[in-house]
Amino acid sequence: MLRYVTAGELTQYPVLRDTMFRDRAAQFSDRLGWSVAVDAGGFERDQYDALDPLYVIWEQACGHHGGSMRFLPTMGRCMVNEHFAHLNAGAPVQHPLIWECTRFCLAPGAGSQVAAALMLAGGELLERQGLRHFVGVFDANMERIYRRIGSCPQVLGHAGEGRARVSLGLWSLTPPARARVARRAGLSAALSALWYRRAFGGAEDTGGVIAGSGPWRGAAVGSRHDPARCDIF
Amino acid sequence: MRSGLEQILETVEHATAPQDMQSAIEALRDAFGVNHMVYHWVSAAGQQYGCGTYAPDWVARYLERDYLRIDPVVQGCMQNFQPQDWKRLDWSGKAQRAFQADAIAHGVGRQGFSIPIRGPNGQFALFTVNHDADDATWSAFAQRHGRDLILIAHYFNSKALEFEPGRSPPPAQALSPREIDAMTLLAMGYSRAQVANSLSISEHTLRDYIESARLKLGALNTTHAVARAISRGLIVV
Repeated sequence: MLRYVTAGELTQYPVLRDTMFRDRAAQFSDRLGWSVAVDAGGFERDQYDALDPLYVIWEQACGHHGGSMRFLPTMGRCMVNEHFAHLNAGAPVQHPLIWECTRFCLAPGAGSQVAAALMLAGGELLERQGLRHFVGVFDANMERIYRRIGSCPQVLGHAGEGRARVSLGLWSLTPPARARVARRAGLSAALSALWYRRAFGGAEDTGGVIAGSGPWRGAAVGSRHDPARCDIF
Repeated sequence: MRSGLEQILETVEHATAPQDMQSAIEALRDAFGVNHMVYHWVSAAGQQYGCGTYAPDWVARYLERDYLRIDPVVQGCMQNFQPQDWKRLDWSGKAQRAFQADAIAHGVGRQGFSIPIRGPNGQFALFTVNHDADDATWSAFAQRHGRDLILIAHYFNSKALEFEPGRSPPPAQALSPREIDAMTLLAMGYSRAQVANSLSISEHTLRDYIESARLKLGALNTTHAVARAISRGLIVV
């Protein structure tokens, strides 16, 4: 299942959190050989994990991390503009309706189905948060995966060649692209929408998704929050 | 409302004093037909600055009682960057409940939608729309205007950064030669087909240039982008 988890909420999912940071170490340090910092616990974290990002995580049936990505708004401090501006001729990508997507990670053994599920979540965010694009940095291998799941970004610039090629790209996920990734992920649009609403609520909150009644409803079913907490406002 | 909105945003953009932003936010509140709108900048040291339509005695009380420390809206906006519906914040604490009752007694509406703003070097602000409405109406409002409100929030913030001494606004992004050509021809009254033809590119490619220019200019649509390009002296017609 897909989870949308803010940095503050990560503590409520210790297993998911720990397996995510371990899988990130496996992908970025072990497999790709990037110079990322891995701590004594085997977790890969960087300074941007401390800036209250939003994580989208595919949770396997056993509760472990299956794949994930990390979002930050481009108007504030973010990785693309502080480390990869050279890929866009030095110009920062900054817009209120563009978020950066970094640390796109798949757990060892996770297939393109998980990548497609994450991309589907990206589509939910784009539509429901009123965004226009995501901007992200990816290597040659991910480029191949994006192509396979039918969601190729518009490449703004790249450096290096062959397997060492690193690119900066913009995603916009048109409706046909979303339909393609949903098919590839084997997920229905309705299920994806349900997972989104469970995290963020939304106009369609009524209609059985929400527990409680009255003008100040409780939190969504399956929410980690105290259902009695919603009051006025 | 769209054209009225753009006019108001132009006012914000050309504001030369904080009072201009105050007038603009009042006009925006009226244009959206809501009870209140507030732009609220909070420095790392806890200094506050902004403009808005809350009653002056509520603002004074908020500062005097140091409500900043317990306000769930501020907390929620600091920890998240996606817009926050007040309903989904945690109002369960004793201090929060008292704060809420006090706010309502001072004319603050029961529905709120706040947009966290992250600026350069960890700068933080929020932009709030506040109203009295039922849940369904409010959800529909947020859904319909969410994107415009995000853009408006950042207009106010970039202006506030300009006014903040010691902090210069981020340099305006230069348009590429092709983007300048496209904007210039559009400003001259050419149709898209004529522009594409003049530049020997497809209309599809032209759309990409216009869109990237629009993003760089932070404009809501093509007309707005052309207006901004002219007002900033990026193109000459």
